[in-house]
Amino acid sequence: MNWPQFQAIHHRRKFFEKFTGGIWTAALAHLMQSDGRAGEETMLPRKPHFPARAKNVIFMFMEGGPSQLDLFDPKPQLRKYEGKPLPDSLTKAYGSKLAFAQPNSAVLASPRQFRKWGQCGTEMSDWMPSISANADDICLIRSMHTDAFNHHPGQLLLFSGSTQFGRPSLGAWTTYGLGSESQNLPAFAVMVSGRGTSGGVTNWTSGFMPSPYQGTVFRSSGDPILYLSNPGELSQKTQRVTLDALREMNEQHMVSSGDLAIASRIASYELAFRMQSHAPDLLDFSKESPATLDAYGLNQEITRPYGTNCLLARRMVERGVRFVLLADASWDDHSELNTKLKKNCDRTQQPIGTMIADLKQRGLLDSTLLVWCGEFGRTPMVEHRGENTPAPDKVGRDHHPFAYSLWLAGGGIQGGRVVGATDDFCFYPTEDPIHIHDLQATILHCLGFDHTRLTFRHLGREFRLTDVGGAVVKKLLA
Amino acid sequence: MVGLLLFVATAASASAVDFTRDIEPILKRNCYGCHGAALQQNGLRLDRADDALRGSYTGPVIVPGHAASSKLIEMVSSGKMPKTPRKLTADQIEVLRKWIDAGAAMPASAMAVKTSSTHWSFQPIVRPVPPVVRARIRNPIDAFVLAALGKKGVAASPEAPPATLLRRVSLDLTGLPPSPADLARYLADTRPDAYERAVDMLLHSPHYGEKWARHWLDQARYADSDGYEKDSERPWAWRWRHWVIEALNADMPFDEFTIEQLAGDLLPNAAQENLAATGFLRNSLANREGGVNTEQFRVEQVMDRTATTSTVWLGLTAGCAQCHDHKYDPISQRQYYGLFAFFNALVNLDQPAPLPGEHGTWMRQWPVYESEREALLIRYNMHALVEEWETAMRTVAVQAPDNSRAQFAWKNLGNIATGLQDVVLLDRNRRSRHLHDQVLVYFVDRGASDLFLKDRLGAAKFDEFKKAFRETRKKAPPVTLAQTVHENWIPRQTHILLRGDFRNPGVAVEPHTPAVLPPLPAGAPPTRLTLARWLVSGKHPLTARVAVNRAWQEFFGRGLVRTSEDFGKQGEPPSHPELLDWLAAEFMQPKSARPWSIKALHRLIVTSATYRQSSKSRPGLAGRDPDNTWIARQSRIRLPAELIRDSALAASGLLNPAVGGPSIRPPQPKGVAELAYAGSVKWNESTGPDRYKRGLYIHFQRTTPYPQLTNFDAPDAAVACSRRQRSYTPLQALNLLNDAVFFEAAQALGIRLVQEVPSGFRERLIRGFRLTLNRDPAEKEVESLARHFERELLVLRDNPREVQSLAPDVLDRAGRLETAGWVVISRVLLNLDEFLHRE
Repeated sequence: MNWPQFQAIHHRRKFFEKFTGGIWTAALAHLMQSDGRAGEETMLPRKPHFPARAKNVIFMFMEGGPSQLDLFDPKPQLRKYEGKPLPDSLTKAYGSKLAFAQPNSAVLASPRQFRKWGQCGTEMSDWMPSISANADDICLIRSMHTDAFNHHPGQLLLFSGSTQFGRPSLGAWTTYGLGSESQNLPAFAVMVSGRGTSGGVTNWTSGFMPSPYQGTVFRSSGDPILYLSNPGELSQKTQRVTLDALREMNEQHMVSSGDLAIASRIASYELAFRMQSHAPDLLDFSKESPATLDAYGLNQEITRPYGTNCLLARRMVERGVRFVLLADASWDDHSELNTKLKKNCDRTQQPIGTMIADLKQRGLLDSTLLVWCGEFGRTPMVEHRGENTPAPDKVGRDHHPFAYSLWLAGGGIQGGRVVGATDDFCFYPTEDPIHIHDLQATILHCLGFDHTRLTFRHLGREFRLTDVGGAVVKKLLA
Repeated sequence: MVGLLLFVATAASASAVDFTRDIEPILKRNCYGCHGAALQQNGLRLDRADDALRGSYTGPVIVPGHAASSKLIEMVSSGKMPKTPRKLTADQIEVLRKWIDAGAAMPASAMAVKTSSTHWSFQPIVRPVPPVVRARIRNPIDAFVLAALGKKGVAASPEAPPATLLRRVSLDLTGLPPSPADLARYLADTRPDAYERAVDMLLHSPHYGEKWARHWLDQARYADSDGYEKDSERPWAWRWRHWVIEALNADMPFDEFTIEQLAGDLLPNAAQENLAATGFLRNSLANREGGVNTEQFRVEQVMDRTATTSTVWLGLTAGCAQCHDHKYDPISQRQYYGLFAFFNALVNLDQPAPLPGEHGTWMRQWPVYESEREALLIRYNMHALVEEWETAMRTVAVQAPDNSRAQFAWKNLGNIATGLQDVVLLDRNRRSRHLHDQVLVYFVDRGASDLFLKDRLGAAKFDEFKKAFRETRKKAPPVTLAQTVHENWIPRQTHILLRGDFRNPGVAVEPHTPAVLPPLPAGAPPTRLTLARWLVSGKHPLTARVAVNRAWQEFFGRGLVRTSEDFGKQGEPPSHPELLDWLAAEFMQPKSARPWSIKALHRLIVTSATYRQSSKSRPGLAGRDPDNTWIARQSRIRLPAELIRDSALAASGLLNPAVGGPSIRPPQPKGVAELAYAGSVKWNESTGPDRYKRGLYIHFQRTTPYPQLTNFDAPDAAVACSRRQRSYTPLQALNLLNDAVFFEAAQALGIRLVQEVPSGFRERLIRGFRLTLNRDPAEKEVESLARHFERELLVLRDNPREVQSLAPDVLDRAGRLETAGWVVISRVLLNLDEFLHRE
């Protein structure tokens, strides 16, 4: 849908202006049924360009750039080079762009053990056994590449298709394309864990689109949605009286001013009231079995925060939330990689593995697209900032945008597959290089969109998520 | 003899290459498609002699007399060009080679350089004569609007009721609703010019500057933090906002307003306030991520300043031409970098800009501090170490990047401190004393330990010195700083950046303006100051049109050009082109006011009959003019985020009307600021009267903005925002119903009603309506709310804890239960759609 169509929907309500007197009420009732579902016509459910498998997305963003060398892309060859610099032909590519490491820094092989998982035999490291156990449902990409070296620009590109500010995020594009399925919850939900992502709100912004497409942050403490609880001891009965009074007054004013947009205001208050009762239900885990809670890791300190978010993500998808962004920070292991990366895996891998299996068992995996990724990968060399190479227990890796790994599952994705490969140093892709725009085109394809036709008019031209690039990667598709 | 003959023969065959006959057909067929009149890929145009010889953005492609070193030959013989499957034949390449070797003669083109466009907004502004209309008009605006309506056979709407009108114009000019006393006075004023008198009062209100500053802040992408990952606080950003408020209140003419903000530092004898004005340019985002390339983000700031200036004054989206020639508007990549060049050598500096009352103390105490500081430096023999550090920094600055500690220290200096890399390059006696102090403070805090090894510092007793220095620094008199820019003392040559990439410089470019616009004054140096003066020269076709259109947009909900940010070919054409031009002409050269007076422009608009129309929807008209483009009525406009909070605070009596000053932090739920990167943002809630200051003072943290602002469509301060969206979402409803700020306002209003009106439901409700909606309730409304009030009392009767929570104070006049009931009614009033709108 583009702006003119978008405005056409808005103008449709002007149709009711020809009614007068008592018919206003009928007009209003009609309006409430048809347009007012999410308090805003922008959120009407819509059909994509073509029938698609995926209806929902759970996007697991691992902020900072997880090390593909220690998780997904085994490079035993690196042991040969351990301690020596990379060949000159490769390091030139960095130019002066490396964040901290020096191009001549020594190669750092991964101490991880890799083994084959599932029927398909995808090789992954020993730090994510619960995720790897689902290897037959996972499509692993080893040949991702991006354009940005630093965190925030990298995240801008990943989520909005451009390193410039002001563009809508992937979740906004999804809800703009598909509207909302839920009458009681926001269409685009965001949950943040860890220490806060460097992209912040730009990772879930609506950019130049109307603000209803913006992600709504569900919080882990206090109100799950900002201002969800009544202030002080104000009861839900009082809230109802307030809303009844508001509705009556607003309806009267709609008649006297003739501004039918007031119906949207009324509807948005009613949705707010429904959210007040449904959001707590979403958070009420009492009907989940103890086994489920345990599998999601809710009984252990280390996995509880991320496990809670995973379980909530599943419950949101069940309730029709279109796009769930789980933003976790930080995987930016410039130092002490062997300790910090392990801890990040321990915090998240069991809940994620459980979530994949749980969605599958409930028949939701086929219609839910899962994405697990960072904004770039990490260097094959050790990072050191001063003159000295750090002690073995302190080593880390710098940012590496030329080749890294991520995985997808569910919603139209072919499981049990590895796509792409990298050279001996995991420096460049050697097979099927996939750019961020290709990933975005493919995600939109899974949701039923031709990425070149899902556009939004702004500043006199049609914008799209994939900017001027992107091609659907057929190899990823089921 | 043979040799001579051969020479003649060669010369003859070379001279036989004729451009028109031999060369042009080859170029025409193979090259002009991308390098001709219609398109100049990579800036190369081959169909005109001067352009062809000038070359592309990467440099010349034809070196007359030297085919071997001409890129044109290289490209066609390697098959890289043309990009079409059909390549040049060996014969064709040979002819080209001969032609270049012989001097590449081309007939001078008969065509004039393309400097004109037929697009409406690039045409000079000629003051139109207002049409003659039969109806009664208040000023020429009405003549234009009524003449257009007349052609459609539509009459204008009647004037809005006086109460509506006063609420409208008060909110539009000052952002605050009238008080019940204001309204009563206005309604009682029977003089024929009562309205104009009210308008003049509002224009003189100090709140006028606040209201219109916010609109300017949107365009200036103002924020109190850097943006990007670190999103560090900008403790002095507000000083520029303060300047804007004062400038608008003083009705600084728009030409001065423009010049000071874009080039205040270049004015002869630039004063403190001229420098503070340049804070406009400092609102660019800054990336201080540990690993960034400082040059990359310096260039990003220049691009941002170029794009912002273009959007704000020219109404053009120049940013497209950052990477390629603009596809729609006549801005080539070369011209974009011509604009870019005006902003390419700026240094960001934070300089003292004391407010009235601060100056004396500062002047008196600063030398005392300075002499103590110097004594300390001498006592610890630190001058030598400082000098060594500075020398190391200067040396690194001119060296290629290496792996040294000095390089690391230099990078941090650029990344952490504001502008100090450039200050260190400046000879010490050319630095202001305050800037030199900033250098010393940085040296002590960070610089020394970045450069010198521990044992070296140990030998110098650095730790002991550091402690003493910090103690002494505490004695420095506090002074307000301003974020300013300064033209760099080291000039910087601008290059076209190929595909916008800072690592790919192309040909050199001098500062210049797009050819389609009037030229810079002959003989004027191509500086920012000249650029700023050029924008407001009175001959510029865009500046005044863009400015009056934005004002119109704020008064009518949409501009005469709806796309107020884009006056280019992709923008929408004006709905009333003659009115737009008349307003622009009147703005620049009014018949009876100061040129470029913003207040005069606003007064002109709000005193028109067009502005004073009712906003009531008209059956029959809605189908024909759904967007109210014809202006046959006023529009109902939802208040911007800040004004919703301001209105609630004003109605409840909580508002602190103090004008200007630093940013404030009203209560926000826990966990909002904590979403920022690595929990680096601290939200220290304002206590005392500060928390009740107006919304434009709310601290804007780019990565975790104050939720109420975001919920109600405030812009994200990343790029210039010319017009805000207006949405309806459930999050807004939750915000107004449940946020502590709005609940506190409801409580205060409820208590106020009970206290100010001794008794009677109807009387109290009238007071409540006057405070919130600036009108009296209709009978039906009294009945409705009376019914809900009774219902609510029944709810509350069973719930003493709720009563306690709603009305924590025991009051003399009414029982606690009744007060609680009025808090609930007040909460309804503060959530009414009508309360959130100006009609």
